[in-house]
Amino acid sequence: MAQELKLSRRDRISIWWRSTFIQGSWNYERMQNGGWAFSMIPAIKRLYKSKEDRAAALERHLEFFNTHPYVASPIIGVTLALEEERANGVPVDNKAIQGVKVGMMGPLAGIGDPMFWFTVKPILGALAASLAMTGNILGPILYFVLWNIIRMGFMWYTQELGYKAGSKITDDLSGGLLQDITKGAAILGMFILGSLVNRWVSVAFTPTVSKVQLDEGAYIDWDKLPAGSEGIKSAMEQQAEGRSLSEYEVTTLQDNLDSLIPGLAGLLLTLLCMWLLRKKVSPIVMILGLFVVGVVFHVIHLM
Amino acid sequence: MDLTIIQIILIVIVAFLAGMEGVLDEFHFHQPIIACTLIGLVTGDLAACLVLGGTLQLIALGWANIGAAVAPDAALASVASAIILVLGGQGQAGVSSAIAIAVPLAVAGLLLTIVVRTIATGIVHLMDAAAKEGNFRKIEMWHVIAICLQGLRIAIPAALIVAIGAGPVRDMLEAMPSWLTDGLAVGGGMVVAVGYAMVINMMATKEVWPFFAIGFVLATIPSITLVGLGGIGVALALIYLALTKQGGSGNGGNGNTGDPLGDIIDNY
Repeated sequence: MAQELKLSRRDRISIWWRSTFIQGSWNYERMQNGGWAFSMIPAIKRLYKSKEDRAAALERHLEFFNTHPYVASPIIGVTLALEEERANGVPVDNKAIQGVKVGMMGPLAGIGDPMFWFTVKPILGALAASLAMTGNILGPILYFVLWNIIRMGFMWYTQELGYKAGSKITDDLSGGLLQDITKGAAILGMFILGSLVNRWVSVAFTPTVSKVQLDEGAYIDWDKLPAGSEGIKSAMEQQAEGRSLSEYEVTTLQDNLDSLIPGLAGLLLTLLCMWLLRKKVSPIVMILGLFVVGVVFHVIHLM
Repeated sequence: MDLTIIQIILIVIVAFLAGMEGVLDEFHFHQPIIACTLIGLVTGDLAACLVLGGTLQLIALGWANIGAAVAPDAALASVASAIILVLGGQGQAGVSSAIAIAVPLAVAGLLLTIVVRTIATGIVHLMDAAAKEGNFRKIEMWHVIAICLQGLRIAIPAALIVAIGAGPVRDMLEAMPSWLTDGLAVGGGMVVAVGYAMVINMMATKEVWPFFAIGFVLATIPSITLVGLGGIGVALALIYLALTKQGGSGNGGNGNTGDPLGDIIDNY
């Protein structure tokens, strides 16, 4: 070999950018294969010069491929390293390359799905949504910026990691750090989910359980207040002392539930949904069903 | 609200971006909080669309494309419901009915994306042919076409709703009685649970359930913000990881089997 073929940093940046579109031609036959080949094109151009070699390379990268779109990046990195070796005369056959791709995509999807779809996205989404619902424009901005920084950073870093480590990367990924990250993410995710269920699932029952006449002195006697602003001042002082605003203490069903722990009804509803999901009830059916329940319960004054 | 030509063009562009992202899942233009806000931005009805985006985002929290399974389509749901909200001209009062409209649209969008993904199967065969010739340009072209098809999947329905116009949309919304819209708002408060349930089902193991309980209880203290809860969550995760490591290395250091009682018996 006169000169060793090597991928430049610019090639790798271009591949990283193209891999953003890996799901673009997602299809039911070979899934992400079109996007994968699309991402590999800069490397194939750099490493292979003859038309036959290029055609062969394109064909081998149009094989079946499917994983979480972000964790495709370390696999791309490893494949780049393998292709580089192959172009330089090391005997790396098609089977080895396809083997690495298939071998990595399953376990990595198992990391990508919980990490991005079930931890980062719900946390960022809920944070941003809670801001947006109060009319704060920072919500969507925060979501967009943070999400894309995390995503792009992750994709570039792991693609480089894969490229430098080559096929050894599977050892790095299966042990140690990544496992810790996955577990840590699951803990953080469940913790946040617990608080989100409490804060955002709103189930409010309106029926009155009891209506008790309060003792004299326990409520503000509006007739005996001084007139004008004096009266308002006095009323507020009395309220601060803990007196009730009306002479009846109304307890709704919701108050009863909340005295156990606020958000209990929401928690029970969430558990019910989990159970239904495990019974293979479609989430869409459940969502539509809950709207129906909401309307019916509202009409009969239960909620 | 009547829209100008420029606003309509911008709406279609936003819809196109959302449609692309519906399959790409990268920049997240299809997430309700982004898509609705953008529609609000280009139509000038930002405040109401922002609230709609936030509310829909909470519902769509657990929607994700996993493997070959396709989730309910957030792209069509958010774009179409935001346009309807703007056309209806009810402002924030129209949010809960817009959400009720969004859910069936999510199903419609799901069917559309399945259609496009099936068409893409044909496109991939064209790519195979291009690969045999070693033709880079053609492969790139077909890939871009496939992405654009996904964009059109949302852009066309969005243009159709705009074409129907403000009048009929407003009539339809005003025909909804208040018991229905209020009831839908009640339902909207509960629907969020489905998204959480999906996420929990994917993550829950015996090991992490206690953290769910801690999160739930701490959230009852209203003065702790979500950011604050995030801080506690990160701290708990770090503590847990550090403690499990310590336990492991402690056993390793002694060189025993991790069974202290067994060691005592052996040494006795």
